[in-house]
Amino acid sequence: MTKSVLLVGVGGQGTILAGKILTMGLLAAGYDVKMSEIHGMSQRGGAVSTHVRFGDNVYSPVIEKGGADVLISFEQLEALRWISYLKPEGKAVVNSQAIYPTPVLSGAAAYPADILQRLENAIDVKVLDATEEAAKIGNPRGQNVLLVGAAVKLLGVEGVDWDEIIAKNVKPQFAEMNQKAFETGFALV
Amino acid sequence: MKILMTGNEALARGAWEAGVRFASAYPGTPSTEILENLLTYDGIYAEWAPNEKVALEAACGAAVGGVRAVSAMKHVGVNVAADPLFTFAYTGVNAGMVLVTADEPGMHSSQNEQDNRNYAHMAKIPLLEPSNSQECLDMMKIAFVISEEFDTPVLIRTTTRVAHSKSLVTLSDRIEIEPKPYEKNVRKFLPIPAFAVGLRVKVEERMARLKEYSETTPLNYIEKGGKIGVITSGMCYNYAKEVFGEDATYLKLGFTKPRPNRLLDEFYKQVDPSKVYVIEENDPYLLDWVKRSGYSPIAIEPPYGEKTPDVLRAAIFGESNPEITVAVDDVPNRPPVLCAGCPHRGFFVEIAKRKNTVVAGDIGCYTLGFAPPFNAVDYVICMGSAFSAGHGTQVALDQAGADKRVVAVMGDSTFFHTGMNSLVEVLYNKSRVICVILDNRITGMTGQQEHPGTGKSAYGDPAPEIDIAAVCRALGAEHVTVINPNDLSQVKNALDEAYDREVASVIITRYPCVLKPMGEAEFEEFGKDLYKNKYEVNETACIGCKACIRVGCPAISMSNDRAIIDNACVGCSVCEQICPVKAIKIQ
Repeated sequence: MTKSVLLVGVGGQGTILAGKILTMGLLAAGYDVKMSEIHGMSQRGGAVSTHVRFGDNVYSPVIEKGGADVLISFEQLEALRWISYLKPEGKAVVNSQAIYPTPVLSGAAAYPADILQRLENAIDVKVLDATEEAAKIGNPRGQNVLLVGAAVKLLGVEGVDWDEIIAKNVKPQFAEMNQKAFETGFALV
Repeated sequence: MKILMTGNEALARGAWEAGVRFASAYPGTPSTEILENLLTYDGIYAEWAPNEKVALEAACGAAVGGVRAVSAMKHVGVNVAADPLFTFAYTGVNAGMVLVTADEPGMHSSQNEQDNRNYAHMAKIPLLEPSNSQECLDMMKIAFVISEEFDTPVLIRTTTRVAHSKSLVTLSDRIEIEPKPYEKNVRKFLPIPAFAVGLRVKVEERMARLKEYSETTPLNYIEKGGKIGVITSGMCYNYAKEVFGEDATYLKLGFTKPRPNRLLDEFYKQVDPSKVYVIEENDPYLLDWVKRSGYSPIAIEPPYGEKTPDVLRAAIFGESNPEITVAVDDVPNRPPVLCAGCPHRGFFVEIAKRKNTVVAGDIGCYTLGFAPPFNAVDYVICMGSAFSAGHGTQVALDQAGADKRVVAVMGDSTFFHTGMNSLVEVLYNKSRVICVILDNRITGMTGQQEHPGTGKSAYGDPAPEIDIAAVCRALGAEHVTVINPNDLSQVKNALDEAYDREVASVIITRYPCVLKPMGEAEFEEFGKDLYKNKYEVNETACIGCKACIRVGCPAISMSNDRAIIDNACVGCSVCEQICPVKAIKIQ
């Protein structure tokens, strides 16, 4: 049985490292893993997505609409943008951080005020302030690994030494902070 | 040992394992990481070329010289490189030569959706289509064997999802191959008409032998399942497996030029001929072949975009997965924007103010000058086109008696790509188009690759820095001005002077990309505090006029009717110069 995790956010939020740590852990757990990212212009502050799929034998690296078991959104608005990819019975973790896109900054569009309510009414979602929680540990940039911790809890993946995976994928001086962030995210959902 | 690799990483690894010694490429999404990874292997000389044509020519020359060589580019890059490709297809190789084309179904980062499998057909060369990273690695190695055995360049076609998806790969050691002796052979390598006639015949003989290879290679196989038939190649194989699983029998094609007709006949005997689907992205390359072979397969609509499993389910079964009901109509877009501190911003702020102006754009981050708040760029054709296209537009507008001036805009890497030819067209033909080179000292959009103007090689070693202003003057430009684009008065003055002239001017805006890893050279030229300053808004002085918002900087927003500048600011000072009440100051 293949499971699908969709990580979405805004260019520069660390979704790529989050996807990497998640996939390395799933690999260590013995799964076949595929991952897909879109590069290019999306790096210029645009919406970004990382598709992660794992199971005994994974074919498509791309999650289809209505196919994600877990949606991890690094930003509120992006959760709403990508919600059509989540299964109705799927689960979501959403960082309550709001990053205004340029049409909102320039006044050409409005940032919906009730995103979190809409999500809570429609799906099984855990909203957390990952940026603030990571800041408490020492670095708001740890939000990405904190959200990986939350995703791992929801996926019920067991038997992985995540501390080791994190240590291998971040600079030594950031290992401990990221390990704490992972634990915090795991505990929060 | 199995590790996760992207297709691009696996192609590079495969080239290294195959004993490749020479690699040349021009960056372009989704192909860029192939060369970037080749740079990390010992035993390979790798380089960024100024464009795809010379990259492929260099690889052809290396193969003639006796070492295995590879070139890689995005799909539209092969258009630039088509000239050497078509003739090298006649001469064949000494050591093996492989070209990788990375196509873009769905156009995530591209201007068109061309299907480069057609190049293999037109150039009469073998074509491989990997469907995952393991196949990328394996097919790269097989491609060199085919290249040398059949004396031909080989084309490997990936797509975005093959190039940028990660899947498990088993690694092997490198086969060390000594350079083959070079022997002069004009009848083979010098296609004057008298020799080309003979080479042309050999091409047909080669294709006949390759056809036989296609029938028997393990790259093409039937995967037995149910009575439904699926004919597919590349990433679409995975999508089809996702949808049909064991219910279908698959004709999985990894070697798709020439295509195996006996295997196709055998496949049709094993399936219900009325339920055969051809699943591929972009053109009906396999579909037309199956039809020409006398069968009536079912095509998947629409004939564009990615054929992901949800698209296939909708097209084949009219089904879609259950959806969550929630209002999303008011979700604002999140378009890519020029970064905070982007040195292109100052130029676009000024050009956006000009009336009676048509802006010919080009391919790079500065294409975003079309978008709000600038709305400046009028059109884009292809890389290096801005000056020559702008020249044509200027002549047309002048003939129509329109009082309009054309300003043509391209980047530094684009200037070296094919913009130099474009400028020669302008100068030789006495055009009055205003030519602007946005020189941000790096190849920006594809992720900071060195180029002939940066003073560094692909490895980051010192390299000759080709001076853009000196090149323009040497080509005959009389009016060449180099300015700092973050100083709006410099931009305005340079444009004023250029508009006043009835001959072409060249304006070079020289300032490093904010994402460029800065070295001593940058700090020496642009100051020790380069990108280290931050600006802030004096809340009481701010009148909430939003002038600073209209520079389109992602670091500036409004809060309680006052502008605020967040931590993304790197101190370009454009907003400070725009503010009518001097409310923005350096921290």
